[in-house]
Amino acid sequence: MTATTDEIMTVAAARELRDGVLCFVGIGLPSAAANLARATHAPNCTLIYESGTIGAKPTRLPLSIGDGELADTADALVSVPEIFNYWLQAGRVDVGFLGAAQIDRFGNLNTTVVGDYADPKVRLPGAGGAPEIAASAKEVIMVLRHNTRAFVERLSFVTSVVKGPRVVLTDLGVLRPDETGELVLVAVHPNVTVEQAKAATGWDLRVAAEVAVTEPPTEKELSVLRALHAA
Amino acid sequence: MREISLAEAVAELVRDGDSVALEGFTHLIPVAAAHEIIRQRRRDLTLIRMTPDLIYDQLIGMGCARKLVFSWGGNPGVGSLHRFRDAIEHGYPHPLEIEEHSHAGMANRYVAGASGLPFAVLRGYLGTDLAKVTPTIRTVTCPFTGEELAAVPALNPDVAIVHAQQADRRGNVAFWGITGVQKEVVLAAKRALVTVEEIVDEIEPHHGQVVLPSIAVDAVVKAERGAYPSYAHGYYDRDNAFYREWDAISRDRDTFATWMREHVG
Repeated sequence: MTATTDEIMTVAAARELRDGVLCFVGIGLPSAAANLARATHAPNCTLIYESGTIGAKPTRLPLSIGDGELADTADALVSVPEIFNYWLQAGRVDVGFLGAAQIDRFGNLNTTVVGDYADPKVRLPGAGGAPEIAASAKEVIMVLRHNTRAFVERLSFVTSVVKGPRVVLTDLGVLRPDETGELVLVAVHPNVTVEQAKAATGWDLRVAAEVAVTEPPTEKELSVLRALHAA
Repeated sequence: MREISLAEAVAELVRDGDSVALEGFTHLIPVAAAHEIIRQRRRDLTLIRMTPDLIYDQLIGMGCARKLVFSWGGNPGVGSLHRFRDAIEHGYPHPLEIEEHSHAGMANRYVAGASGLPFAVLRGYLGTDLAKVTPTIRTVTCPFTGEELAAVPALNPDVAIVHAQQADRRGNVAFWGITGVQKEVVLAAKRALVTVEEIVDEIEPHHGQVVLPSIAVDAVVKAERGAYPSYAHGYYDRDNAFYREWDAISRDRDTFATWMREHVG
């Protein structure tokens, strides 16, 4: 099986999720990665969706954060105020798993507008749960496609600020912050060059002294991911 | 319980210029009631809802809204809400004032509203630009620890509308599955309308069930499949295919107008 760049990104993101953690999951790429992790190396992680489903175990990827299967398979169902106050704000969440439209060199995220807020070029959906997930989860995994529209020198709008440890997985490689908090390219995926990653970044991307190459997805990771998508 | 139709209930409870919150977090979205508001040509509404979803895309596109109070305005898992975007980006069909929060902020605003408090406190919006563009995000200092926290005012809509699975003949309402902020919005609002899948002699017990006593609501109306293309747990599934189709229907102004005329009236 030959993996697509999106599949390599999703698999790399899934591998970041340690077994046994409590993970607050955003929809889309984060949900695919978190469920892949749960179906492979992290069977004991607990997935929370902001709809109030704790311990959801979907067999197919949900389209929304509130699909019926999330409720059917959850250990507990709680209200939206409860999920944000008692679970997220109280500090119970180990890992926040987020996507975004734009990211800056420190891993701050924009999901609100492109252009001026009062007269936007593109109106994006907005904050949703992200600002509080970014600030309250003990660590944050971010996953988004790597290009100069997404990786920008200056965000049009700061929607979410990550406070703790963070890692960014893209379709080109892996970025982790240095001691100043600035993201550094630490790995590239198979057949991707450092130059490609730099060219896809809207600022002068810093590169680690030794850049690793991501292990390609295993047959098992790929087949499980495809089954989740196909179901 | 009074026998009343959805048309009568909307005519009685929803007035031009009202602030109206139709809630239901992905699940149990009160679509039938939203369509009735559109058919009755309500205008200048302040629409309040955490996730505007297809129903507010439709209300905005049909010119019912003056202002939107929200926290996430997308088509979940699909992309944009095109009528919402057209209103904000191009002022079509007319300009839309927005007041935008995070989910945690909106949820706590409803809790404060239901609790009869003037505002809610949360550890939120830290470092974000949201407070710069939304005047209803302020800070407050904890008198006990000195911690600076976000403060957001209570939401007390003129009208709350929610959809539930069952009501009994006395007007007690039960919903289960993902229950969102429905209890909070009903208790925060001045008037409350509930549509239900089914009216039963005895409400069935279910895991995670929320019951609203009849005294908390002003009208209960049967609206079978009243949440479609959202879903009612135990009755019908979310029509994810339709959520995908909505992208093309809503993208073009004329296609949208034709679809609304044919399917809503």
